[in-house]
Amino acid sequence: MFQILKKQPLNPTVTLMEIDAPLIAKKAEPGQFIILRVNENGERIPLTIADYDREKGTITIIFQIVGATTEELNHLKEGDCLHDFVGPLGTPSHLEGLKKVAVVGGGVGCAIAYPVAKKLHELGATVHSIVGFRNKDLVILESQFKAVSDKMCMMSDDGSYGEKGLVTDALKKLIESGEQYDEVIAIGPLIMMKFVCALTKEHNIKTVVSMNPIMIDGTGMCGGCRLTVGGKTKFACVDGPDFDGHLVDFDEAMERASMYKPFERKKHEDTCNLFRGADR
Amino acid sequence: MANMSLKKNEMPVQDPKVRNHNFEEVALGYTEEQALDEAARCLNCKNKPCVGKCPVAIDIPAFIAKIREKDYEGAYEIITRQSSLPAICGRVCPQETQCESKCVRGIKGEPVAIGRLERFVADYHNAHAKAPAQKPVPNGHKVAIVGSGPSGLTCAGDLVKLGYDVTIFEALHLAGGVLVYGIPEFRLPKTIVQKEIDTLKALGVKVETNMVIGKVLSVDELLADGFEAVYLGSGAGLPRFMNLPGENLKGVYSANEFLTRVNLMKAYQDNSETPIQHAHHVAVVGGGNVAMDAARCAKRLGAEKVSIIYRRSLEEMPARKEEVEHAMEEGIEFHVLTNPTEILGDEHKFVKGITCVKMELGEPDESGRRRPVVIEGSEFTVDLDCVIMAIGTSPNPLLHNTTEGLEVNSHGCIVTDENGLTSRTAVYAGGDAVTGAATVILAMGAGKQAAKAMDEYIRSKN
Repeated sequence: MFQILKKQPLNPTVTLMEIDAPLIAKKAEPGQFIILRVNENGERIPLTIADYDREKGTITIIFQIVGATTEELNHLKEGDCLHDFVGPLGTPSHLEGLKKVAVVGGGVGCAIAYPVAKKLHELGATVHSIVGFRNKDLVILESQFKAVSDKMCMMSDDGSYGEKGLVTDALKKLIESGEQYDEVIAIGPLIMMKFVCALTKEHNIKTVVSMNPIMIDGTGMCGGCRLTVGGKTKFACVDGPDFDGHLVDFDEAMERASMYKPFERKKHEDTCNLFRGADR
Repeated sequence: MANMSLKKNEMPVQDPKVRNHNFEEVALGYTEEQALDEAARCLNCKNKPCVGKCPVAIDIPAFIAKIREKDYEGAYEIITRQSSLPAICGRVCPQETQCESKCVRGIKGEPVAIGRLERFVADYHNAHAKAPAQKPVPNGHKVAIVGSGPSGLTCAGDLVKLGYDVTIFEALHLAGGVLVYGIPEFRLPKTIVQKEIDTLKALGVKVETNMVIGKVLSVDELLADGFEAVYLGSGAGLPRFMNLPGENLKGVYSANEFLTRVNLMKAYQDNSETPIQHAHHVAVVGGGNVAMDAARCAKRLGAEKVSIIYRRSLEEMPARKEEVEHAMEEGIEFHVLTNPTEILGDEHKFVKGITCVKMELGEPDESGRRRPVVIEGSEFTVDLDCVIMAIGTSPNPLLHNTTEGLEVNSHGCIVTDENGLTSRTAVYAGGDAVTGAATVILAMGAGKQAAKAMDEYIRSKN
């Protein structure tokens, strides 16, 4: 059993948890993910590793409450245990040798962009972080990003915090002001990654994206997480989750991600009602 | 006096029109009377041709003789000398191409129903056994098994009986491998798999779930950690696709994904949190047992029409005859000599149809089967909303990529000698990871062979 050592709400819909998982913490690298199940009959959900502490033996996950499983996960308390926690899965991000990188994070994707920025900073790279949120209430990890970034741009869709606009606006400005990046790393909603890639392609800057498709086993057995990358079928769980963003078929990935939307919405509502009953 | 009936005792089954709406077991098992009547058909031949065709060499006439004496526990004891998973083999082994294919009774009439008798004995034992299995005397040596499918479980069972301290590492949250994620409940109830695993645990086997070897621990770390030998039974791996246009539309599954959602994640139960598409018309592409399983699951989930699409003819179909017959009885349609060329999607990128061509059989290919050739101008389109690709798997590269010096062949399968030894000292392998997708019993045979070799290796070293 995998105990929750720390639980911290980062905003109304995003929660951080530190999980006791010493074997996984020993091996985890930025870019990799875990799969968890909340209870015995639970769904397997993949979450990218947000941080790890090899000495304490912990893995940090940050999740947004979007469906039944994340709702149930969010109802667990410090000291409770997760039924299953497996990892580290996927290939680590290739960060060695990069000298100057723009790290672009959108929404809860910032939870995954942060360990990448941190690792790059530790490796001595110049890090420009561009993080975007819908509004001020949803901002997460601001001070953490600041601590590892040489330059930081905070964006919000409605202008309630930082600068008004999209992450692509800020990235465009930086590129046009003459900043030269070895690589752009973009992690966030598919639509954001798609537009970051469209921009960087114009400027011919290599761009890596982290894909988070629907998955079951996470070890290359089911093929549910397949994507088209450079015209070829790839499995995000074993070939990724990082891919060359200029080769990813984002439109297809967006369609595939919507496969179970109606089911998830219904289950989420059922779960909300269930918990509402229990809370009373 | 032997029972000279030319026919096997028929297996009682659920009515096809009832069972294609439920996930309960199709074959109900022999009654004691049927088992005794069937056991009396065995001639107890001296040269035992059946035994030679059993991958784990069960002394078949001897256990059948025990049935005749109504000593069912005695029969169980004889089977389990060779097999750790009798209730499973009795259900899923292709007996018709193995033991039963050499039965003398089969020369004129039907062979003795060895598989059904094995199942009877195992089920009798599981229903009646009281005393838990006795733990063997420990020999002080540790071995690791990677993967808890049929080959890993067999290897573990044989080694624990020799006194080894055995730990199985399983990547998923539940032990059993293909027995739990692949083979459906109606063909192999999961309580039976659990019972066999519990028996191994009672003997002292440790099962560590959620452990992806190659990620959380490497094979070399296991060896450094005091495991004197390691068995790799990691299974078949990545599902194959045909690279057809439209293969990534919503509503196209690999058989592995579809079956995992249904079996492991219990998507057929209302309280499951794992979603599955409840389609109206499903096409399953492929002709193996996995294709039959997927088709029969789709039917049970409520599909009005389920079609198997297979490019060769019924004769070449690799699925067991019994599985094909069961599928036909349940109303699965068979479109043989047919091959898909494109999957069509609607404006929301859900599957809406499939385009196929008709095939005819040409000259034999390297497999010895006649090669299917496209009939020009035979293209046609069918409306449907789900396609399941059941055309096989290619090996998972995880262990190969993380174990230095572990040799694989051009297909990516782990290379071993006839005893299961890989290119690495103390590292053995077997099952689908070595052979590519095959059967439960072949995987068990490989696990058994390797267990023997691992024991010899460790004893020679100490």
